[in-house]
Amino acid sequence: MADRAGFARDAMQHAPGLYAAALRMTRNRADAEDLLQETMLRADRSRDTFEQGTNLRAWLFRILTNTFISRYRARQRRPLETELPEVEDLFLYRRIGGLAASAEDQLLDVFPAAEVRRALEELPEAFLMPVLLCDVEGFTYREIADILGVPIGTVMSRLHRGRKALQSALYDYAVEHRLIPDPGS
Amino acid sequence: MADCRETLRELDRYLDDEVATEALAPVVAHLDGCTDCQQAFEFHAELKRVIRSSARGDELPDGLVQRLEACFGADDATTDGGTDGPVAG
Repeated sequence: MADRAGFARDAMQHAPGLYAAALRMTRNRADAEDLLQETMLRADRSRDTFEQGTNLRAWLFRILTNTFISRYRARQRRPLETELPEVEDLFLYRRIGGLAASAEDQLLDVFPAAEVRRALEELPEAFLMPVLLCDVEGFTYREIADILGVPIGTVMSRLHRGRKALQSALYDYAVEHRLIPDPGS
Repeated sequence: MADCRETLRELDRYLDDEVATEALAPVVAHLDGCTDCQQAFEFHAELKRVIRSSARGDELPDGLVQRLEACFGADDATTDGGTDGPVAG
């Protein structure tokens, strides 16, 4: 058996990243805490199946994802995939690209962190997960495919659609808050 | 060298460091000479950074760390290692 204290210590190092992801998935603190606790309990129970030297972080995210799907998904009220807007490529860039070109930190100024989080959390789950795992957590396509149990091609198409939907939501926010010129004026 | 359409098709993979080695040179060569594509790529790289920095860094609440640490070895009192199958498999 693997050194148990060492395993606990290694797993706990990933707790902050797992917690942030759990918040995005559950969208509330109480559920995120419970989800993370359940994840760590399951990780501990399955620690003998973890192969030393392989990617512990990816292994933990896989447990987090599976636990979320089996325990919390039913409670979520996310839009369905079919409700995603049809958005063309380069949607946001075509509309506000000029802003970003003028200064390094313009995009950050336009979109407050809380707003980006909200837009992310509103994505249908099938699109939230690839965007979260890729953009936020920096996993490779191969790792994301393994974590979600889908083919790499599926990861890529969902990531692409998820990013476009996110751009569409951010654009709506910017128009609504008059952060960019009204397209109708 | 790739044209604009071929280059933009690689946008996601380029941002994510997933362009196949043999496909990378034509993309880089095109970007070197095309300001339009360069700006589009930079915009999306910046957007990715904004998403990343916005969606992480939530602080672990007080008490959660202890709750999580208690997860390890929690089943020792009743069984030796437990009988549950792998959940990650």
